[in-house]
Amino acid sequence: MEIGKVIGTIVSTVKHPAYHGKKLLVVQLMHQPDQPEPASLIAIDQTHAGIGDTVLVLREGNGVRQVTGIKDAPINSAIIGILDSIELH
Amino acid sequence: MLFGKIVGTAVATIKNPGLEGVKLLVVQPLNKHLQPVGSRKVAADAGLRAGFGDIVVLARSREASLALDVKGTPTDLAVIGIVETVDVTEEGFSYILKQGYSEF
Repeated sequence: MEIGKVIGTIVSTVKHPAYHGKKLLVVQLMHQPDQPEPASLIAIDQTHAGIGDTVLVLREGNGVRQVTGIKDAPINSAIIGILDSIELH
Repeated sequence: MLFGKIVGTAVATIKNPGLEGVKLLVVQPLNKHLQPVGSRKVAADAGLRAGFGDIVVLARSREASLALDVKGTPTDLAVIGIVETVDVTEEGFSYILKQGYSEF
């Protein structure tokens, strides 16, 4: 999974049926101090994450289909956890 | 998934039969600020009839193929949502993974 921060929300009514009832959030991936800022991405929210939350992002379609239980869901990424803390040794 | 903007349409008469009847849209990938990033690509319209100038949500790779009705359509990019509003707030956020213990 990747570590990201929720920075935005998206409203989209006309969308593929698998996305109906799903919240779309904009997530900025986090990075080491010496690395450039990675790209941001769009993920469906499976954990009621809010703006500013640090989250776990699952970025693999098969995993997302398991998490959502939707057969053939055309979804690349899903937020599957909200991080309380991280310790880097 | 990622943001894109519909900047045109594409027509291909000679193509893989799997793309028969699939509407091809030229899209400009966008970043979180909806600014153009990277090269323009061709996406399949998953039946949403997105139009010129629309800001859309794109799915990549195998999921793009799954977005289309016909099984096994050979595509790696598909329009799966038309965006109405985007609300991105970033002030005060740090994206740095610091050494040691961090609480969020």
